Amino acid sequence: MEPTDTANPDYYHRVVDCQWACPAHTDVPEYIRLIAQGRFTDAYMVNRHSNVFPGILGRVCDRPCEPACRRGRIEQKPVAICRLKRVAADHRDDIAGRLPKIPKVKNGKRIACVGAGCASLTVANDLMPLGYQVTIFEQYGEPGGLMRTNIPAFRLPAAVLNEEIGMITGMGVDLRLNSPVASMRELLARGEFDAVFVGSGAPRGKELKLPGREAGAANIHIGIAWLESVAFGHVDRVGKRVLIIGVGNTAMDCCRTSLRLGAESVKVMARKPRGFFKASVWELEDAEEENVEIVVNRSPKAFVIENGRLTGMRFDRLEYEVDAAGRITAERIVGEEFLPADDVILAIGQENAFPWVERDLGIQFDRWDVPLIDKTTFQSTLPQVFFGGDAAFGPKNIIWAVEHGHQAAISIHRYCQGEPVSERPPPGINLQSRKMGMHEWSYANDYTPVERRLMPHVSLKERFKKLNIEVELGFTAEQVEQEVQRCLNCDVQTVFSAKLCIECDACLDICPVDCLTITHNGAEDELRGRLKAPAKNLAQPLYVSAALPQTGRVMVKDEDLCVHCGLCAERCPTAAWDMQKSELHWPLAADEAGTLAARKPKIA
Amino acid sequence: MTFIAKPKVRHPSLPTNALGLTRRDYEGALSTLCAGCGHDSITAAIVEASWGLSLEPQNMVKLSGIGCSSKTTAYFVSGGHGFNSVHGRMPSIAMGANAANRNLTFLGVSGDGDTLSIGLGQFCHAIRRNLNMLYIIENNGVYGLTKGQFSASADLGTRAKKGEINVQPPIDPVLLAITLGATFVARSFSGDKQQLVPLVQAGLKHAGFALIDVLSPCVTFNDHEGSTKSYAYTREHYEPAVHADFVPLEREITAAYGPGETLPVVMHDGSRILLRKLDAAYDPTSRTTAAAQIQERMKHGEYLTGLLYVDADPHKSAFHVVNGTPDAALNSIPYEALSPGSKGLEKVLARYR
Repeated sequence: MEPTDTANPDYYHRVVDCQWACPAHTDVPEYIRLIAQGRFTDAYMVNRHSNVFPGILGRVCDRPCEPACRRGRIEQKPVAICRLKRVAADHRDDIAGRLPKIPKVKNGKRIACVGAGCASLTVANDLMPLGYQVTIFEQYGEPGGLMRTNIPAFRLPAAVLNEEIGMITGMGVDLRLNSPVASMRELLARGEFDAVFVGSGAPRGKELKLPGREAGAANIHIGIAWLESVAFGHVDRVGKRVLIIGVGNTAMDCCRTSLRLGAESVKVMARKPRGFFKASVWELEDAEEENVEIVVNRSPKAFVIENGRLTGMRFDRLEYEVDAAGRITAERIVGEEFLPADDVILAIGQENAFPWVERDLGIQFDRWDVPLIDKTTFQSTLPQVFFGGDAAFGPKNIIWAVEHGHQAAISIHRYCQGEPVSERPPPGINLQSRKMGMHEWSYANDYTPVERRLMPHVSLKERFKKLNIEVELGFTAEQVEQEVQRCLNCDVQTVFSAKLCIECDACLDICPVDCLTITHNGAEDELRGRLKAPAKNLAQPLYVSAALPQTGRVMVKDEDLCVHCGLCAERCPTAAWDMQKSELHWPLAADEAGTLAARKPKIA
Repeated sequence: MTFIAKPKVRHPSLPTNALGLTRRDYEGALSTLCAGCGHDSITAAIVEASWGLSLEPQNMVKLSGIGCSSKTTAYFVSGGHGFNSVHGRMPSIAMGANAANRNLTFLGVSGDGDTLSIGLGQFCHAIRRNLNMLYIIENNGVYGLTKGQFSASADLGTRAKKGEINVQPPIDPVLLAITLGATFVARSFSGDKQQLVPLVQAGLKHAGFALIDVLSPCVTFNDHEGSTKSYAYTREHYEPAVHADFVPLEREITAAYGPGETLPVVMHDGSRILLRKLDAAYDPTSRTTAAAQIQERMKHGEYLTGLLYVDADPHKSAFHVVNGTPDAALNSIPYEALSPGSKGLEKVLARYR
């Protein structure tokens, strides 16, 4: 193998699994260390820099970081990253003074955002400090988009939502509530705006066209529309027996909401067996804790209507054949079943819809009627129109919408400054030694063998009394103290300098997880097999050094299970190994503005 | 050294041996040697070898004298029995322990000072008695614990850290052992575990006295330019002559070796050492030619390494055989059977009256 190019910012970035997996590249280890030091406000600000909504995401993030967490490969359970984020948000001080200053003199450019959800709010958050005048058009009377309408208050309290949205609207955003945009043509024709950002989400729930759908319409609801009606108080009750069709995260919110609106028996109907569910594991656990029954292998067949009223649903019972790799190879119907129900809620997916975007404006749509959006710049085929969030590529989640917002803000800025949007500012990485002195490292490098802490919940008796009682209580001080120590500090990198190595084997011998080997070089697949512990996780890279001075062999590190304890550096007699903190520089619109400003000639 | 203990966390797919133990179960206390010390690598080789042989930790005896090397018995197999003796007197303790319980596995770790200066006499007599033990010399040519004076193994002309040149001729433990009739004599290097680990395994299984002289650079006092025992110098001048692969009894020999290149040596318990000659002219089974060849190469400043001499049947000269002790360990025989009693003693004494 060629020596690893660690000058490429991606190499060390990738070692920080959580940060690499986070769409917004939140510096997770850094904020966990700040929480460990009790610096909650600083931890919050580190979060806010990348993900804008730490209080919201600390409760309801989809957590791509957690399945990626290295701790999960060492001892099954990842660090409770999301819960720790909430700790920072719950215990911080007022941050008003730490938000960016908004220039009084504007730069003369006006931006329209459609929909006041997380993507549009991120665009406003990034562009307001640069002097842009941002107008957000929102169809409802409150901002927040799907965060407000689709996430029940018992998971995300309105106060948290209001405060974090307020930080952005408080920058002077022209927020126009109850102002749905009915026509893109009209919006563009006004000539008021230099660019338009579409962050209108994926607001259309999928329909299930089966016999009886029309006749039973009064008791058959589309999940996201129903949650929206609950959120705005239009619906405040549901029947005693409720069936939820689908087993994604919306289904979980629907079943738990039903329980709070008077349902006594709630069944979630899944077409496939366990393991094929779309819902996040923790959302499934939370629903099952509330005695929601998840019925597998049932395919909806018909709504049963008697005397003009829905009485239940008929399902086909299915059976599956699963191969050794866990894939379904065959399905067959083995019977039929009727389940009685007073209400049925459909939660089988959602899609974006743009009835208000005229098709002759130059914004091209593909054959599925989805707009053609550049994956990097978020620009549509009409240069001044950008898309982001669920509106761009279909339903994802909040944290993806935030990153779309960041990238779209860079594009909008470059577009408004007359720069090509396809030229993006490159990411960078800084490394700084953590060595303080003899046997002293400025990070907690001891491995703490403590298991993941469990989130305490409001008792099952209490939580159903009101719709908006937040179920998760947040970690206690003791839990925080233990959970922060589970973080392996993957951003404190093992940095190797081949020319200093005397091949004494000290690092190989002391490494607790056998991730180092000195051997002769070879092709990657062959090399992976003859390391001290074979490197079987192909998703994790090998580090290969330059040829070592004494024997010409190479130092190979399998990044997979390194616990970043620093013992290789501690044991190295020549300081060929050093522990250096990597700090990722992931450019945002503000950085781009700084770069552009520096390039412009100064006129005295 | 480090004050930071190696954490207990381990690779989740670490293999287990016949006893269900992982390599980590054969580790010991936190090493207090200098970072980069060759001795720590030898410790790691012993850990690997003991794990690979599935030795029961409670049946291992770790013995040492005084010196940096002699501290290392604390750093491996914490489940074994340890004895840290007076300077240079480890062989006596090993002798006594072995006499009392011949069924244990004896591993002595010593240094060039402990073996070749203060303990030279004891070392020679342990060889002479063909005591069933593995004796490892962690040989770095200096007294590291007293700041780097030349030891008895320092080569002529080697330079100390402050610049003095050694003018006293060295004692070579390998030549000495071959001359004294040792039945297993090897030399290796702390930086070459591929050679060292199987040697340690073969030495532990050898049914007589096994010596491995391991060149083990002192990273603090003897790893500079001009030293003949630095990492760089050793790598340039060590010449593997015979590679020994240890093959346990239960494992079939699967690798195909050409005839004439390999020589299987069947051990007392039926396991084998496969000798692979890297130097075609070298003969590890002849005491006289081995000694001559080692000396010849030494003249050119080269250390031959590997299993340099092995007697396929050490059993005939082993201590317990020569002295006709019973098969059962002496400590397992009831006191009444071992002690002649006062009447018996009278009888014995009467013979001398």
